[in-house]
Amino acid sequence: MEMPTPSLTILAKKARVVARLMDVLPADAVIHEVEETRAYECDALTAYKCPPLAAVLPSSTVEVSAVLKICHQEGVPVVPRGSGTSLAGGALPTADSVILGVARMNDVLETAYDDRYIRVQSGRTNLSVTGAVEEDDFFYAPDPSSQLACAIAGNVGMNSGGAHCLKYGVTTNNLLGVTLVQMDGTVVQLGGAHLDAAGLDLLGVVCGSEGQLGVVTEATLRILRKPEGARPVLIGFNDNEVAGACVAEIIKAGVLPVAIEFMDRLCIESTEKFAKAGYPDCNALLIVEVEGSDAEIDEQLGKIAAIARKYDPVELRESKSASESAKIWLGRKSAFGAMGQIGDYMCLDGTIPVSSLPFVLKRIGEMSEDYGLQVGNVFHAGDGNMHPLILFNANKPGDLELCEAFGADILRLCVEVGGCLTGEHGVGIEKRDLMFAQFDAQDMEAQLWVKDVFDPGWLLNPAKVFPLSVTQSRRDQPVAAE
Amino acid sequence: MLAPTNEPDLAEAIAGAQGPLKIVGGGTRPIGKPVDGQVLSTANLSGIDLYEPGALTIVAKAGTPLAEIEAALAAENQRLPFEPMDHRGLLGTDGVPTIGAVAAANISGSRRIQTGACRDSLIGVRFVDGMGTAVKNGGRVMKNVTGYDLVKLMAGAYGTLGVLSEVSFKLLPGVESTATLLIPDLSVTDAVAALSQGLGSPFEVSGAAHLPNGPEGHPLTMLRLEGFENSVAYRAQQLMAELAGFGAIELETDAQAGAARWKAIRDVQAFAGLDGDVWRISVKPSDAPPVVDSLGADQVLLDWGGGLIWALMPGGTDARARMGDFAGHATLVRASDTTRTALPVFHPEPAAIAALSDGIRQRFDPRGILNPGLMG
Repeated sequence: MEMPTPSLTILAKKARVVARLMDVLPADAVIHEVEETRAYECDALTAYKCPPLAAVLPSSTVEVSAVLKICHQEGVPVVPRGSGTSLAGGALPTADSVILGVARMNDVLETAYDDRYIRVQSGRTNLSVTGAVEEDDFFYAPDPSSQLACAIAGNVGMNSGGAHCLKYGVTTNNLLGVTLVQMDGTVVQLGGAHLDAAGLDLLGVVCGSEGQLGVVTEATLRILRKPEGARPVLIGFNDNEVAGACVAEIIKAGVLPVAIEFMDRLCIESTEKFAKAGYPDCNALLIVEVEGSDAEIDEQLGKIAAIARKYDPVELRESKSASESAKIWLGRKSAFGAMGQIGDYMCLDGTIPVSSLPFVLKRIGEMSEDYGLQVGNVFHAGDGNMHPLILFNANKPGDLELCEAFGADILRLCVEVGGCLTGEHGVGIEKRDLMFAQFDAQDMEAQLWVKDVFDPGWLLNPAKVFPLSVTQSRRDQPVAAE
Repeated sequence: MLAPTNEPDLAEAIAGAQGPLKIVGGGTRPIGKPVDGQVLSTANLSGIDLYEPGALTIVAKAGTPLAEIEAALAAENQRLPFEPMDHRGLLGTDGVPTIGAVAAANISGSRRIQTGACRDSLIGVRFVDGMGTAVKNGGRVMKNVTGYDLVKLMAGAYGTLGVLSEVSFKLLPGVESTATLLIPDLSVTDAVAALSQGLGSPFEVSGAAHLPNGPEGHPLTMLRLEGFENSVAYRAQQLMAELAGFGAIELETDAQAGAARWKAIRDVQAFAGLDGDVWRISVKPSDAPPVVDSLGADQVLLDWGGGLIWALMPGGTDARARMGDFAGHATLVRASDTTRTALPVFHPEPAAIAALSDGIRQRFDPRGILNPGLMG
């Protein structure tokens, strides 16, 4: 993966940049010794690593602003970092960049049940936002699978999704406002506790901009009252196409499940070995979850079961209790861990129109044979967000490159059938060079205009999202020497 | 008038424009500062390109009549989640509302409080920028984080960043049954409290409105429940029990009567045909009572649990001056040309945000020809 050559001018003035950062931050908030900066050399895309020039851990919006002002004056690139759980390399530094981590900013600032929002500092983890309100029966809806660790800052940066967004939407649909610090240190409030924008929806474009437009230090999030209950049904089929048709009919029938999860044979078998959830021996498995009172759940599950029976399922198991629900979910929630037992894997998140599911799975199967690499599919079927897990051997020379080539082919296929490269992980560096599969030059140029306005010097996370060739002239702005 | 029939012609029309363009869909929503320019209509860019009920998505050309979209969806028992308002009664316009204009103005109705605004359901756009270049963003899948979300930026930009040629939406299933709880005679403060309690319940309230001057001249507070028949009946009983402290509650289950009530709220029918300016104010619900007090309006109507205040004010009144500092924004939706020229139509932004918005407009429309000045 190509990254820009670090600026020798910046490397040469490291001591001065560090000294200036130490002027505005406590000493323990500036990490600059080479062995210590290694802690920030990568995120969850661990195949790529590079220690930064320094890492800073500010504790307030004021400190973030001071840091950015200094880096702006010095022409030093800044890579914002939430909890470092990005699967796309969104927080991968370059040697001449400063990592700005928000981990020390994790306070709840305000909770308002009457108005149904919570305001938090952006370093707070996703799950601990719900943790702050669940005693009062409220929750924050977006639930990325890294929610125990991932920070709201990263969720906003990547517009994170999760298993339950068929009903509740993704981050952008649950984000009411942010405090954003621009690269020059300017602090702006976008949105707030009220709904919709006064003018242009800048909040809408900041969400999902992968830390390229500003550093989000605080967020106002919509919270919802918990449903009375939730229970899933497990449905096994011997054919992917039949499972796909069943999903479409459930959706058309007017039931809006909170989640529809799909697993293919390799995933079913490997999770069964690993977690022993009692899954049936079949080619395609659906887990469909609905919410409400007991009677409401029974009625909805009844409708779903009636539809599923028309498709001759191998197994149909309605949960009647919390323990049965937990068992149905056990395998799905263990899927990534189970695949990890087989070998190294790369997880993609291309999205496709649900109608293309059978065709895409068939093509992935054919490509798997061509490449000689196994692939398992776990899938948010209701919204078309795929998760092909390509197995490879990191110790075998050439296998990572082969796996990446296979992954790129799958993502191109997603775009060809009317979908997109990434449904919830973001582009980062991982899918940067595939952007031309989805966008032409002008489509990308219009996006770059937005960055030109928010960050004219192209210093915020500059080597991400867009192919380097597309952004080169903008990134190559002269840097003042010491 | 320019009325291209396809996107290349739209691009050519914009590229070849010698001066300002006034962009219209069906012409039913003349919101914003008056624009003087050659009319560019999207009405001839019409037709549904793709509708997949099993994927809950529809793609249509911008000038497609909203009624055509809604009819196609109704045939499959589906609908646009955000219940777009029809402005014709309130603004005294006629014409055919188009789906592109709904997107361009981010038009949402009462269900916005549950399922989000138009911008939340809009998943893809094609548009032509101010230089005549066609651009696409988003697509037709509901989870998509590939590149920046220009879809949100275009929703509510009123054509000032580009002229929409095609829009994609995610959809929701239609419902089997609707019930409305009717609570009479509450003060604004108590009404907002009741609405907040309903919206904070697990019973999935899909509409929460308050009319200080209800149909019979008395205050009326309304909460809507939608879904399968048994579920609606159950939730209605639960919610009535929960809100019993607010007085006697009537439950309306007649589908036609309920639909008419919510259409009246959605379209602000109470103000149609009455003299005065119409303001649309977004606040957090608990701020609504003091804001309503400070407005001293001829009439108000509250939607979104109190978070959306519609106010009928004497012509030429500066509602913002009356409210003073408040957290939210006010839009002058209906007023004479003179008033709309004298007062900002869209809420003035802090300097740093205005600079960002101006910068974006400058990039997307460097010649300043797309609805120039409409948003101030």
